[in-house]
Amino acid sequence: MIHIENLSKKFNDFLAVDNVTLDVKPGQILALLGQNGAGKTTTIRMLTGLLRPTQGRAEVAGYDVEKESTQVRASVGVLTEHHGLYLRMTAVEYLDFFGKVYRLSDDARMKRINHLLEYFGLVEASHRRIGEYSKGMKQKLALARSLIHEPPALLLDEPTSAMDPESARLVRDEIASLRSSQRAIVICTHNLAEAEALADQIAIIYRGRILIRGKLAELKERVLGPAEYEVSFSKKWDNKSLKPPAGVEIVARGSRSIRFRSEQPQKNNPLLLKILSMKEAPVLTLQEVPRSLEQVYLKTMSDAGGALLQ
Amino acid sequence: MKEKLTPVWLLAQRELRDQFRDWRILFPLIVLTLLFPPLMNAGAGAAVSFMNNYGGDLILDRLVPFSILIIGFFPVTVSLVVALESFVGEKERGTIEPLLGTPFLDWQLYLGKLLVGIFFPLAASYLAIGLYLFMVSKQDLALPPVHQLVQLLTLTAAHAVLMVSGAIAISTQSTSVRAANLLASFIVMPVAFLIQGESVLLFWGNDQVLWLAVIAVLILAALLIRVGLAHFQREYLLGREIDSFKFKWIWQTFKGAFIGESYSPFKWYQVQVVGMLRKLKRPLLLIVVITIFGSIASYQWTTSMIPADFSAVTQEDIDEALDQFQFAAGLPSDDVDISFGFIFLHNIQAVLMMLFFGLFSFGVLGELAFSVNIGVLGGLMAVLNALGLPVWTLFTAGILPHGIFEIPAIIFAGAGILYFGAIMVTPDPTKTMGEVFIHAVADWFKIGVGVIFPLLLIAALIETFITPKILLSIMQ
Repeated sequence: MIHIENLSKKFNDFLAVDNVTLDVKPGQILALLGQNGAGKTTTIRMLTGLLRPTQGRAEVAGYDVEKESTQVRASVGVLTEHHGLYLRMTAVEYLDFFGKVYRLSDDARMKRINHLLEYFGLVEASHRRIGEYSKGMKQKLALARSLIHEPPALLLDEPTSAMDPESARLVRDEIASLRSSQRAIVICTHNLAEAEALADQIAIIYRGRILIRGKLAELKERVLGPAEYEVSFSKKWDNKSLKPPAGVEIVARGSRSIRFRSEQPQKNNPLLLKILSMKEAPVLTLQEVPRSLEQVYLKTMSDAGGALLQ
Repeated sequence: MKEKLTPVWLLAQRELRDQFRDWRILFPLIVLTLLFPPLMNAGAGAAVSFMNNYGGDLILDRLVPFSILIIGFFPVTVSLVVALESFVGEKERGTIEPLLGTPFLDWQLYLGKLLVGIFFPLAASYLAIGLYLFMVSKQDLALPPVHQLVQLLTLTAAHAVLMVSGAIAISTQSTSVRAANLLASFIVMPVAFLIQGESVLLFWGNDQVLWLAVIAVLILAALLIRVGLAHFQREYLLGREIDSFKFKWIWQTFKGAFIGESYSPFKWYQVQVVGMLRKLKRPLLLIVVITIFGSIASYQWTTSMIPADFSAVTQEDIDEALDQFQFAAGLPSDDVDISFGFIFLHNIQAVLMMLFFGLFSFGVLGELAFSVNIGVLGGLMAVLNALGLPVWTLFTAGILPHGIFEIPAIIFAGAGILYFGAIMVTPDPTKTMGEVFIHAVADWFKIGVGVIFPLLLIAALIETFITPKILLSIMQ
């Protein structure tokens, strides 16, 4: 649905996007993470046919972004960083205008507007000027605008930036509900929790280059190493003499817990539990040590020479 | 076609609705539309009673049309405000990106904005004129004839189109409303001069010339629309954030375009100058045609203007006519020492003036300056003929020796300006409007340095040292 191949964009001497390759299939959500100025918005703008790539190519909904930019623009829904609403219009007038722009018939347009207003909980405010809306309502209306023509590709640039937590949560929930087998979604965000909650695929971009991309679990494995597990004890227990089974490596020993890596957790973790049981260890819990996308991101940026951890 | 124009109307409709809800646009429009006609009417009434006391019927006749011109112009100025912020204002408010992300084609966006800029203020303008005419009809003043009214209404519309097309071109190239407002002086000042010129024509009472002015304004407006459309780029609207004047960049872009890849003067001449000469084939042909027909037309017109009984013309009349001719042609007065340096610099100045005027009018005023040069030549021949002097002998002895170099130099300069205008109105998605402008100027200077200036140098040398001797020998 969205296919990007060696895409680059240069502004004079500044290389904003450098050889980016990505693939988002229908039904998938890709989160593009990176610092300010990393090239996220430029990538989105190339995907909407607003900026011409300097090199490489991209296809959205089967259309080439450079050669068929009008068709591309007709096939994508874009939510820009700033909502970009006309504040003197009402929500109905606004959606009606964009519905006409996308050439929806009168009947289809009205049905779609009513559906979207209801879906986003804006029915009551639909005849009020947009200028009177709260930030969350404005962002929801902008999202409704991007969906008015039921686009097969949705590009969301910082959809919850500068929003209060409640509004951000609302918008995030709406985005999650937009996932469908027919639609590919790209989200550019700084909000790692948001990306973790929504995305099937993560790509981290730094100075225009994609540093790493893949499913979250794969990235955790690749960046932070194999998963770690922790066994906690209900009381102090001397575990210095404990010999783990083959395929299990103990990485930290404490009087109330041990932490270990396991090559085949499905097979080895029960084995380890068995040994502990035999040694009458006061086992309380066994769980995977939680590792967040934030750790993956910070580690990746740090490795790349980003300023975050320096 | 209707399908293609529907989005234009859709955009215009939305913007019009927005404007109707914006008091900052409505308030000045209402004031200018409703308050100005009574004020003008009162002013005209006072002027009429004053004139009635002292005579001056001619000025009286022109007062109402002049008032119409002014009343029509004031609401149109609002169009400048609307148009100036059309693109850049949306950019500042963050609404441009969703709009650019729609399937609107570039020309549809541009035309939609253009329509909005023109429609509302022009409607207000016509309303104000209607109101004024109603007031005039209630008084003892004579209404202007229908053809003049049509002329004035067309002129008002032409002003609106000119200002809006210029303002929208500025709006697409600016990065902030503030920058666009500052650049608006490039529209306000020329249009103010234009109104003054048109007022003069109105009081002069030459309808034919005023129609020519209407056509000229419409041509300029059409060229401005074309330039705006040619260089309208979505990418440019989003790409730049800060306006800064980069001398270094301007110089490097110019140098790059002027020199190209050439590594020696010979190579430069061979590649850049000869390459440009090839590109000038069509403009040159057109300019040669203009030169031939222009000089013949000027000769015929001047001849028709010279009284049949030329013998009745006194020496004083001739001296006065020659003084006027000298002034009109920009020729030096008699007390200036005409040296080689003077002739050369004067001719250089003439071609650079053509370039200067051409730069700000997409070549139109440059070509006008060229036509004046050619007209002067034809007129001079006609005057000499009327005086009973041997025209062809004088032409062959007094003009041709240096003219062989000077006339082609002027023709090349004219063709260069024509080429400049054509480049400016041709879309080039690979360059910004600024880059296109600098490249086009560099192209003119390739011809200037490589062909025009050397030809003028040779012409000045001949005119200083050889032509006078030939002329003297013939006269003796």
